[in-house]
Amino acid sequence: MITFTFYLVALILIFAAISVITVKNPIHAALFLVLAFFSSAAIWLLLQAEFLAITLVLVYVGAVMVLFLFVLMMLDINVAPLREGFVRHFPIAVFVGGVIFVEMIFVLGAWHQAVPPETMTNVPNIELLGEVLYTQYVYPFEIAAVILLVAMIAAMALTMRPHTRAKYQKPEQQVNVRREDCVRLVKMQAETKD
Amino acid sequence: MEALLYLITTILKIVVIVLPILLCVAYLTYAERKIIGYMQVRIGPNRVGPRGWLQPIADTVKMMFKEIIIPTNANRLLFVIAPMLLIGPALAAWAVIPFNAGVVLADINAGLLYILAMTSLSVYGILIAGWASNSKYALLSTLRSAAQIISYELPMGFALVGVLMAAGSLNLGEIILAQEGGILHWYWLPLFPLFVIYFLSGVAETNRAPFDLAEGESEIVAGFHVEYSGMLFAIFFLAEYANMILISALAAIMFLGGWLSPFQGSFLEPVFAWVPGFFWLVAKMSIFLFLYLWFRATFPRYRYDQLMRLGWKVFIPITLVWIVVLGIAILAKLPPWFA
Repeated sequence: MITFTFYLVALILIFAAISVITVKNPIHAALFLVLAFFSSAAIWLLLQAEFLAITLVLVYVGAVMVLFLFVLMMLDINVAPLREGFVRHFPIAVFVGGVIFVEMIFVLGAWHQAVPPETMTNVPNIELLGEVLYTQYVYPFEIAAVILLVAMIAAMALTMRPHTRAKYQKPEQQVNVRREDCVRLVKMQAETKD
Repeated sequence: MEALLYLITTILKIVVIVLPILLCVAYLTYAERKIIGYMQVRIGPNRVGPRGWLQPIADTVKMMFKEIIIPTNANRLLFVIAPMLLIGPALAAWAVIPFNAGVVLADINAGLLYILAMTSLSVYGILIAGWASNSKYALLSTLRSAAQIISYELPMGFALVGVLMAAGSLNLGEIILAQEGGILHWYWLPLFPLFVIYFLSGVAETNRAPFDLAEGESEIVAGFHVEYSGMLFAIFFLAEYANMILISALAAIMFLGGWLSPFQGSFLEPVFAWVPGFFWLVAKMSIFLFLYLWFRATFPRYRYDQLMRLGWKVFIPITLVWIVVLGIAILAKLPPWFA
């Protein structure tokens, strides 16, 4: 049963991954990438890595790909100009593809193919992961977190420009507006018509 | 053979869970129209059947026989798939919801994470629907809705982190058991800010008033489902209400003790001992569902910048601070919750 599920999911994964680079419409490509993430999450589930599988769906499918799609949908993408210069770039593409192919052969050839160890304990792997992350690898973990934080703040600092001429709302002042600030009652004598 | 038997019993269990949910959805629309009607001093639907009780059935039949119109230049496949992508996660999330002690379809350890993952998927239905319709209003609503759902997922996630810290488990059944001991032991009290923020973010996540910018009838006609008709439109509605019920169930489980009796540990406990746990869960869910309808009848719609400001500048800082406070309370073994 598990073998059958594995082959089914793996076939879907390969199909989706090939479709990502072959379909013409970028939105379709992004959606196929979502399918590929899903299938790999399913394979991780079969390996009893439920935390990694659900995190993959939560982070990549639930957040990263949504932002991708968000940006893609705002662009008015014309497919034809993208295909210009295909012949000119073809040799470079073949070269890059060849280098990646050779690299992957070396990596996979040197890979020590071991059977994934059977999980013996009844402790859920989230607890095990947490224990390892917060004791043995606590410094690398914290350093990675700080690097990400710095990157995030730097990106914001680079893109945020002070408003100079643009008008924008200041909510803290908006909510403090009182009737006396906006309305002035003027007493005046009734006037006659002449 | 054994695998086949397992498959069949699981499918039967799924049917037993999904059918009542769909029935609840149908009657939630009726309850909404009735309750909002009374709040606005009207009667609401009262023509079909006694007191209008058959109104949802009539609506469903009407929707089924309406024509499904697909706009020219729409992406046909994605246009049809989008509503299904919306209802799928809404129903799939029910797999880990415990209805009573031990009554749950999949008792997995990462239940809370699974719920978060499933609720974060619902945005795809909206995104694809808006894009595939090939319509300005639908696309505008899609962009609004995607930004809104991503923004409100963060405070929601932080609120869940608080629950996880307090209960020390990601399993929903264990989270409920950690709250044992009567109404004052439930997590709504020690996690009060997270409780409020969780439910309000849930209202925003389900695109309900006053955060229903994605629909905004007055500005973008009806938002992402403006091009849909017939049964496809009905599925959008179904998904929205199924999500409302799901958020209510989760709030009841994580902050109001799920199927636990509110009178545990008091002199009233033996008096109410005959009440099944399932009843308490439904009663707690009804409170939240009523709040949903009450909000809709009471509050005007938020402006978009106000919505974003509320999410990023109010909710997220409060949750972050409260997680630190909670950490201190847990370290200090604050009775009665963390002793």
